[in-house]
Amino acid sequence: MKLDLILRVGTKLILPFILIFAPYVHFHGDYGPGGGFQAGVIIAAAIILYAIVFGLDAAKRVAPQGLIERLVPLGVLLYASAGLPAMLSNKGRYLDYGVFGHHFAHAHEWGILIVETGVIITVSSTMLAIFYAFADRSRR
Amino acid sequence: MIEWQAIVGHYNYYVTVFLMVAGLYIVIAHGNMIKSLIGLGLFQTSVYLLYISPGKIVGGTAPIIDPKYTDYSNPLPHVLILTAIVVGVATLALGLALVVRISEEYGTVDEDEIVAMDQDQ
Amino acid sequence: MIELIEGVLLTMLAAVTIAIVRQHNLFGVVILAGVYSFLMASVLIVLDAVDVAMTEASVGAGISTVILLATLYLTGSREDPPAHTPALPLFVATVTGAALIWGTFQLPGFGVAHSPIHDHVAPAYLEASTKHEMPPNVVTAVLADFRGYDTLGETTVIFTAGIGVMLLLRGRRKRQHGSAKEASDT
Repeated sequence: MKLDLILRVGTKLILPFILIFAPYVHFHGDYGPGGGFQAGVIIAAAIILYAIVFGLDAAKRVAPQGLIERLVPLGVLLYASAGLPAMLSNKGRYLDYGVFGHHFAHAHEWGILIVETGVIITVSSTMLAIFYAFADRSRR
Repeated sequence: MIEWQAIVGHYNYYVTVFLMVAGLYIVIAHGNMIKSLIGLGLFQTSVYLLYISPGKIVGGTAPIIDPKYTDYSNPLPHVLILTAIVVGVATLALGLALVVRISEEYGTVDEDEIVAMDQDQ
Repeated sequence: MIELIEGVLLTMLAAVTIAIVRQHNLFGVVILAGVYSFLMASVLIVLDAVDVAMTEASVGAGISTVILLATLYLTGSREDPPAHTPALPLFVATVTGAALIWGTFQLPGFGVAHSPIHDHVAPAYLEASTKHEMPPNVVTAVLADFRGYDTLGETTVIFTAGIGVMLLLRGRRKRQHGSAKEASDT
């Protein structure tokens, strides 16, 4: 592993671009191809690449396993709670986005952003948690 | 008289059916569980094609609204399949996790060998 | 022109599928599955499904290849030669394929603008997102807004599958490696 100089330097060169590309895909998903699902997978892929080249322990220092496994339900919870404000304030039904702003398009843009953030958290942490589970198993 | 027009127009359906049948064949014929899961994946991917290809309009564009275009391909199958792909990999991982546990328990991932071991006991 | 590109890509897809069926080294099968996913992503781009193509390229060729390789490391990449003759599976597959091909005869051709799929729901989505100045990418609008319930369900499925994998693989190995490994776990 220590001898893979080109692989290590190449990974270090590529990684920042992958990590910037993921939020770009996430936030630009309203205007071009992309969204929470794709961005989540890209983040997970970046950390998996790091884990493959630099070792699992290094990756776990960047993205601690305990944190990742707590984020898995947090994303679903964020998504599910995005529907509550409309329901509790009697201004609409579950997952109506009208309450997030005064102007229709503005409110719905916020709603979509919150929901997509829930998706990106769930997808990226689930993919990473699955990878960690398989990688841990191989070391035992 | 062969209607070439109809055959060319339906070529995507023929390939879809072929992929589906190939996936089915792998699932039935191969005893190795990892290969069977890959066969299931092939089957699943053919369904993506089955959903997406009727939504395409020749001369249309991707469903991103722009004043310059009027014809867009159908966005609904895209949404359904987009989520199905991510769910597909999550369920594939679940299946593979089961295979790993089976392999640890039995020392093999071949269905026939596992059935034989169970009958010996 | 687009029919030609589509046809060539689909033919390559079919060829890769035949290679997957015939290949007995599982490592080769996994790599071929990655090739298959990239080809599928190209086909999806030709079909104007850019969001789906992006997902397929990153998920199908990226994550699932990694997970499959991890599994091969744990279980071994040798596939035993089939114990049975492939006559029955071949028969089942052929009959199913013939029935499905028969079913395609009535379907509309490739890329026809007035086929039934374009009559219902989708025009309403396109119209509503133009009228209300929703995000220009209709796929995102439908995914997170019009069909938010669907996506909530899908997210829950991903969450459930992730929890399932953790439950299956986080535990300790039982049998042969038992006592020696247990100490190193704690």
